[in-house]
Amino acid sequence: MNIQPKPFPDEAESARHPFLPAIDAVEFYQRDRAMHPPAYAPGYKTSISRSPRRALLALQNSLSEITGPVFGHNEIGLLDNDLIRNYAKDRDPIGERIIVHGQVLDENRRPAPHTLVEFWQANAAGRYRHKNDTYLAPIDPNFGGCGRALTDENGYYYFRTVKPGPYPWRNYVNSWRPAHIHFSVFGSGFVQRLITQMYFEGDPLIKICPIVNTIPDQSAIERLIAPLDINASVPADTLAYRFDIVLRGRRSTLFENRLEGN
Amino acid sequence: MTQALGYLKETASQTAGPYVHIGLIPHMAGFDIFQNNFGNVLVGADTKGERITIEGRVIDGTGVPVSDALLEIWQANADGRYNHAADRQKGALDPDFRGWGRTGAEFKTGLYTFETIKPGAVTGRHKRMMAPHINFWIVARGINIGLHTRMYFSDEQAANEADPVLNLIEQKTRRSTLIANRSERGGNVVYTFDIVLQGDGETVFFDI
Ligand SMILES: [Fe+2]
Repeated sequence: MNIQPKPFPDEAESARHPFLPAIDAVEFYQRDRAMHPPAYAPGYKTSISRSPRRALLALQNSLSEITGPVFGHNEIGLLDNDLIRNYAKDRDPIGERIIVHGQVLDENRRPAPHTLVEFWQANAAGRYRHKNDTYLAPIDPNFGGCGRALTDENGYYYFRTVKPGPYPWRNYVNSWRPAHIHFSVFGSGFVQRLITQMYFEGDPLIKICPIVNTIPDQSAIERLIAPLDINASVPADTLAYRFDIVLRGRRSTLFENRLEGN
Repeated sequence: MTQALGYLKETASQTAGPYVHIGLIPHMAGFDIFQNNFGNVLVGADTKGERITIEGRVIDGTGVPVSDALLEIWQANADGRYNHAADRQKGALDPDFRGWGRTGAEFKTGLYTFETIKPGAVTGRHKRMMAPHINFWIVARGINIGLHTRMYFSDEQAANEADPVLNLIEQKTRRSTLIANRSERGGNVVYTFDIVLQGDGETVFFDI
């Protein structure tokens, strides 16, 4: 079960956490759905029967939308952001050692501090530690494939892992996923909740991937591709990739339009 | 040309895929890696409010339960207050209630459950009271962008009829897709909330 969270910080403390808006009238910008895959994207076959077909109900934000869960450092283990060590039994996992780092910020370029970022991935051979994954590539006994981190006060996160391998999947007979890492991010309001995937610069499988190509906008696809960040690497040890994540921006209304009573 | 506004664009969503469990609920996938796991029990011994179980299935367009769905809920406490600084309502915070939980559908049956409390009513826009409700977010393989919806309570008929969000749903027959049915089982209160992704009885999802 969840460990119980601390009581919510008092106002003095919330003033030190700029991501917790200390104002009444905030709401998030309308999501630009042209930058997201539609629910129904027939090139990705599983979406055909799992896509709502009726119009979504447009809803202005209320307190139910602008609030969301807060997580604390006491909930995260010391090795949770080190996939090279967090499941290692007797040696490091096989694969290219990499650091993935970046900033979580919003559409206003405002950092998202102290927010939970979670990630999961296949091992270097392209195999997940999951009972539904039957790909013939081997499980690595020293690699779990998941981790998490809280961003710092400026919205930065980082973790260490091995570069995942591409893997085949049943969409077309010969479909392969490009190497990727799955990301889950919270932000400060529940409607900022986002799950996405990070790809690696230079991977030729990106442009023929049916899941990548559910995204209608080419620039939105490019923003999912992490460049090699040689400056952030550890010489003679670990390469680095940079992946920034942008959450929906928050509006502080210029004129009165309060979300709640009083 | 004009001046540039300079906003960034939100990062595009991608499906959570078939292996979302190892990332977000590894303990439910039989994978022991984290000391502390996030799960489907939102209540502790001292949490205030009426204990309830929520259970249901996510059902696809062919009528089959989605056995690899992941669901999260977010709700106010028994006094109708969210555990978040932006909620300045008068209700009391409950130090033993965060109001957030996460679970996966059972691989065999597709059934999901949460153990929580019934939330109080929360003030909505323009000071209109919203009926007690729980916010849901659903992702899965084949779902390209997380789906937002709300669960309301069948025993709150008067509040539901006055609820500003339910009243936005133009086709009155569709409002019932957001109302969970209350029943009792072995002395426990159970609300059943099935989420239909597509077709007859398609759940109302929100663009928020
Ligand atoms: Fe994957």
